[in-house]
Amino acid sequence: MSISPREIGSDLVSIRRTTHSPGITLVVAGAMIGVLTGAPWIFPASFVTVLMNFFILVSMATMWNLMAGYAGMVSIGQQAFVGLGGYATLYFALKGMSPYVAIPFSALTCALIAIPVTYLLFRLRGGYFSIATWVVADTAGIIIGTIALFGGGTGRPVPGFTNFSPTQITNFAYLSCWFVALVVIAGTYLLLRSRLGLVLSSVRDNEISARSSGVKVTSARRTVFIIAAAGCGAAGAVLAIAQPYVQVSNEFNIQWAAEMLFVSMIGGLGTVEGPIIGCVIFFALQQSLQSYGAWYLIIFGSLAVTIAIWQPRGLWGAFRDKFHIELLPVGYWTRSKKQ
Amino acid sequence: MIWFNLIIQGILVGGFYALFACGLSLMFGVMRVINLAHGDMAVVAGYVAVMLTPHFHIPMLWSFLVVVPLFGLVGYLVQRTLIQKSIDRDPFTTLLVTFGLSVVIENALLQLYTANAQTISIGSILYKSWHPASIIYISYQSLVVLAIAVVVLASLQLFLSKTGTGRQIRAVADDQEAAQLSGTNYRHIFGVAAAISFATVALAGIAYGMTTQFAPTSGGINLLFAFEAVVIGGIGSLWGTLVGGIALGIAQQIGSHINPQYTLLGGNVLFLIVLAIRPQGLFGKKSSL
Repeated sequence: MSISPREIGSDLVSIRRTTHSPGITLVVAGAMIGVLTGAPWIFPASFVTVLMNFFILVSMATMWNLMAGYAGMVSIGQQAFVGLGGYATLYFALKGMSPYVAIPFSALTCALIAIPVTYLLFRLRGGYFSIATWVVADTAGIIIGTIALFGGGTGRPVPGFTNFSPTQITNFAYLSCWFVALVVIAGTYLLLRSRLGLVLSSVRDNEISARSSGVKVTSARRTVFIIAAAGCGAAGAVLAIAQPYVQVSNEFNIQWAAEMLFVSMIGGLGTVEGPIIGCVIFFALQQSLQSYGAWYLIIFGSLAVTIAIWQPRGLWGAFRDKFHIELLPVGYWTRSKKQ
Repeated sequence: MIWFNLIIQGILVGGFYALFACGLSLMFGVMRVINLAHGDMAVVAGYVAVMLTPHFHIPMLWSFLVVVPLFGLVGYLVQRTLIQKSIDRDPFTTLLVTFGLSVVIENALLQLYTANAQTISIGSILYKSWHPASIIYISYQSLVVLAIAVVVLASLQLFLSKTGTGRQIRAVADDQEAAQLSGTNYRHIFGVAAAISFATVALAGIAYGMTTQFAPTSGGINLLFAFEAVVIGGIGSLWGTLVGGIALGIAQQIGSHINPQYTLLGGNVLFLIVLAIRPQGLFGKKSSL
């Protein structure tokens, strides 16, 4: 692990990290960031609400995909950190901090809580790890629900919005959701292009050979778990701001874990684009089947099961393999130099 | 006397948890699959008992005669199709697929039968309880469930150790490739294990429906209890699961004695303590982790 890719690149092989398409991505992304930042002033209010929920789920799903798709950890307890993030925001707001300022602090709180949690959870593997994450989420929810300051099981409205007009509150809530999603996606992308990303790819491809090459697998997994906790905490914080009300049964709902899992699987595990595309499909389905109750979840879940068995790389993975297009490339292409 | 009562009640609930958990434990032991839809299968069994048995003109108490074999068949079929397909991919896929199934089942039940709670009415003597001392009440119903759990575990143990199929199941669990080389059709054996798992969880689901109310979303919390019982008792040990279930039951009773809100917390805390101190569980072997 002491040889950096660049050193290899200088001598024998040439290394490219991008194709032509990222150039196009950059232009399109710039335009999209502009439009999405101005969304509250461009689109009707109902669509802005959908966008808000979309960005909350995108942030969560990107974090879940980082854990499952890159570090091989299937968590069905990420709602623990969604809830803790929301309640941390409530706590900071009750102590007089602006809820918007509280977002990064809530994320940090979740990261700090995640550190000791990993020492318990990492004793189990595979499915047992998964259900243990759920036990942790369940325990966290019960404990939060008994704290009188947080309103017990019935929850409590988030204070700190009295200085703003209703329009401002809506617009700021939207911008919080959008910026958190932007930071989460950009952060994940940069992380995967870093040394840790390389380590994670090697573990994902072959854990035994990665270990024998000296990769510290457990500490890489721990880092990812902590980052995912922070990301989900930030998503929980903006969820609390968007409502603006926190309640145990909503924030600690296992439905969050189900949605994170489904959108990542349908879009494509182990790709940065996958969860985003999965979210687009999820919200398109939810909006068009709005009047049919829970049917969108039944259809979406069946789709996810089908894809997991017959198309495990997801829709984006299949598309990418067929057309060789990468919008957000994180890998390397090597080619031997002609002597 | 209060503490004695807590322990008695804990043991009675623990029997139910063990009945619930033995199928989960068996499926993990044999094919390394954690069926995250395990709890939901119990709820489906409850709904089948409530919704279908009136059509067969049999009392609900005897619904298990229809439901349990039916679920054995369903288990075999689900294993040979969906779950086997995901095992062929990798262990990771089995988690995703069974969790997906769980969410689909819950929402389908919600859509078909609404969120209203259901119960399996049995009437008669089982609702009475035995009252041996001042504050100790032992309901006949919990006693029957505990007895059923012990009988099921004992027959399962006998089946695994004495019969040919049982020996094949253990052989596949120990070393799948060696069993295959000796002529065992491991896919069929996986199917049989899943059939047993589904049949026992159907029985547990009916027992649950007789004891308390259930709703489409009741599956999740029961999976959690079953899983805690398995880990506390030790992965891969059937009698360990019974002890784990009882320990979980007692921990929950102690939690609820301190504050009714802490019922589930008591179980979770015991689980986390076991995880921290003895991750292989009370009766588990370290290698099985």
